[in-house]
Amino acid sequence: MALSVEAADLAAGGRQGEARVAAGVEGPVLAQGGLARSGLARSLARSLAMAVLGLVLLVVLSLLSLVLGARPVAVSTVVDALFAYDGGLVDHIVIVDYRLPRTLLALMCGAAFGVSGALIQAATRNPLADPGILGVNAGAAFFVTLAVGLFGFHSIDAYLWFAFLGAILVTLAVYALGAAGRDGATPVRLVLAGVALSAVLGGIGSAITLLDPQAFDSMRVWSIGSVAGRSMEVVETVAPFIGLGLVLALVAARPLNAVALGEDLARSLGADILRARMLTLVAVTLLAGAGTAACGPIGFVGLMVPHVVRWLVGPDQRRIIPLTMIWAPALLLAADIAGRLVLFPGELEAGIVTAFLGAPVLILLARRKTASGL
Amino acid sequence: MRAAPPAIDFGRPVQVVRGLDGRLSARFDRRALAIGLALAALALGVAAVSLASGTYPIALDDVLGALVGRGEDQLRMIVVEWRLPRVALALLLGAALGTSGAIFQSLTRNPLGSPDIIGFSAGSYTGALVVMLMFSGGYYETAAGALVGGLVTALAVYLLAWRRGVQGFRLIVVGIGVAAMLSAFNAWMIREAELEVALSAAIWGAGSLNGLGFEQLLPVALALCVLAPPVLVLARPLRQLEMGDDAARASGVNANRTRALLMVLGVALTAIVTAAAGPISFIALAAPQIARRLTRAAGVALVPSALMGGLLLVSADWAAQHALGVQLPVGVMTVSIGGLYFLWLLIREGRP
Repeated sequence: MALSVEAADLAAGGRQGEARVAAGVEGPVLAQGGLARSGLARSLARSLAMAVLGLVLLVVLSLLSLVLGARPVAVSTVVDALFAYDGGLVDHIVIVDYRLPRTLLALMCGAAFGVSGALIQAATRNPLADPGILGVNAGAAFFVTLAVGLFGFHSIDAYLWFAFLGAILVTLAVYALGAAGRDGATPVRLVLAGVALSAVLGGIGSAITLLDPQAFDSMRVWSIGSVAGRSMEVVETVAPFIGLGLVLALVAARPLNAVALGEDLARSLGADILRARMLTLVAVTLLAGAGTAACGPIGFVGLMVPHVVRWLVGPDQRRIIPLTMIWAPALLLAADIAGRLVLFPGELEAGIVTAFLGAPVLILLARRKTASGL
Repeated sequence: MRAAPPAIDFGRPVQVVRGLDGRLSARFDRRALAIGLALAALALGVAAVSLASGTYPIALDDVLGALVGRGEDQLRMIVVEWRLPRVALALLLGAALGTSGAIFQSLTRNPLGSPDIIGFSAGSYTGALVVMLMFSGGYYETAAGALVGGLVTALAVYLLAWRRGVQGFRLIVVGIGVAAMLSAFNAWMIREAELEVALSAAIWGAGSLNGLGFEQLLPVALALCVLAPPVLVLARPLRQLEMGDDAARASGVNANRTRALLMVLGVALTAIVTAAAGPISFIALAAPQIARRLTRAAGVALVPSALMGGLLLVSADWAAQHALGVQLPVGVMTVSIGGLYFLWLLIREGRP
């Protein structure tokens, strides 16, 4: 039933409409061309409005993020710090060394988590799938546990490469396990392999932390997820991976529309399912891996924002993915700013605030009549 | 040229049992029956080994002797009074988890479905954490806190998802939202707490059978005896619901009422486990999927899932006590053992 809704919406999406004609399933939608066109125009206008609104919000939030914090700073000082940096002024140091990296990180990692969530939900057609489902979080967490428990590293910068390496290795392993079958890597097998491998690694990891109080102490902080306290170096390290991942995601958007119609129908329409799936997997690994390495596991952004965007603009991935790219960082940035204000002058991590900001919105929207499945 | 007519496929071999002049009849899937018996035998075997091993090893003969009331008094005390309650608890709690997992996976028609999606686990952890960290409560206070937290959360999720009936997808999304908030709150509480208190809370959170005895066995067994008959009666409507609400209604099932009842039963089963041993993870998720692969059934089935759950937990508990030389919480072992076995099944399943 969810499928028919998507098919109708896809038909309104122009080129997919042609594909539908080719498949011989043209129907009432094309017969009522005028109606479909006005619906199309309305939906396009809504997408554009959401994009513009989101971009304005992002600019405002970025500014607020530079201005607000335990040490209040004037907007003019921010401008000075960015364009005429003076290392002797404390305000300038606070802005450039502390607030700028966390703002950039929230922007990048928000987009990374959100888009990887959109991709994985579309590719597995499972509303419960978050970026962590392919083992990204478990891999990163396991390797960080090893770094802390066995090698005794205790700084974010040292975790970074461990986390990234773990995310990539475990995702590859999940894919290899999922693809070991006769029918290749079907979404259900991938998801189950991811869950199973994550469980094994999680079990070993928690055995290590439960026996080593110091490792436990580090992990309870890391596992919350935060954008604070990272240096500009972290930002520069993950930026290329996230950039590449976002480009791949945009490329994968169109083939993913075909995947939504179901394996057989997509194949009969001429879509290259394998290519779409590989693109998605590479993009998800890069995005979620780099995001988790830099900020820790903030999976909720990736679960929530794609759902909400899909309810508002329909199931076309070519709209969902770019809009997620705008709204997910807005959520993470807003959470980071709110986290600085609730316990002023203390701070609450973005990983915690994200859930409390996002979940009520998700629940309210899920109660609407039009909230549809994947 | 005519090809030979293909052999007629009558479907899966079925054993039909009739009695009372045909007024009573039951159909058993032969493969499911065989697998079920094998799982039960294996679980009892592991249980016997578990009774035999410990700091004071006992021969298997003596264990069986002690169980039927023969043998030295000292041996009988060790086997029946010290070790039996824990082993029996592992079997029962595992079966309860497997069943509730099967119920939720079937209801949501999603292999990731489990009582967790309705927020029960996150809520019970919150309840237990509040009791442990703020009131430094003992075993019974923690169990009560977990029960209250889990039930309140499950009820809240159900009511929030209610809109002229509860639809599977809306329930999932509302569950995600509520669970995300509670998990964030839990992580914050764990971080704020003193390291030692946080560690013991985390051990409770992993799920552990350490230190459980007859005191816990009796209420658990009683509660399961009450819950088992309605679950078995509702097993058939559950299969009908898998076809979708409309088809189920057409075949005479009150979809909303049946679903609500099944959910209450599923949550109650999990609640018993959580209260007794903490939130032992993964069995609810893995047991139905493993059982389904072993029986080669089209969907998840309740009885094989229950047997698989019992086998998983009793094996994991043996490993948690004896495999590494340190007593680990059983939850740590269930995920490792269950996960590895599940992975092996997934790999093997693909081979022709």
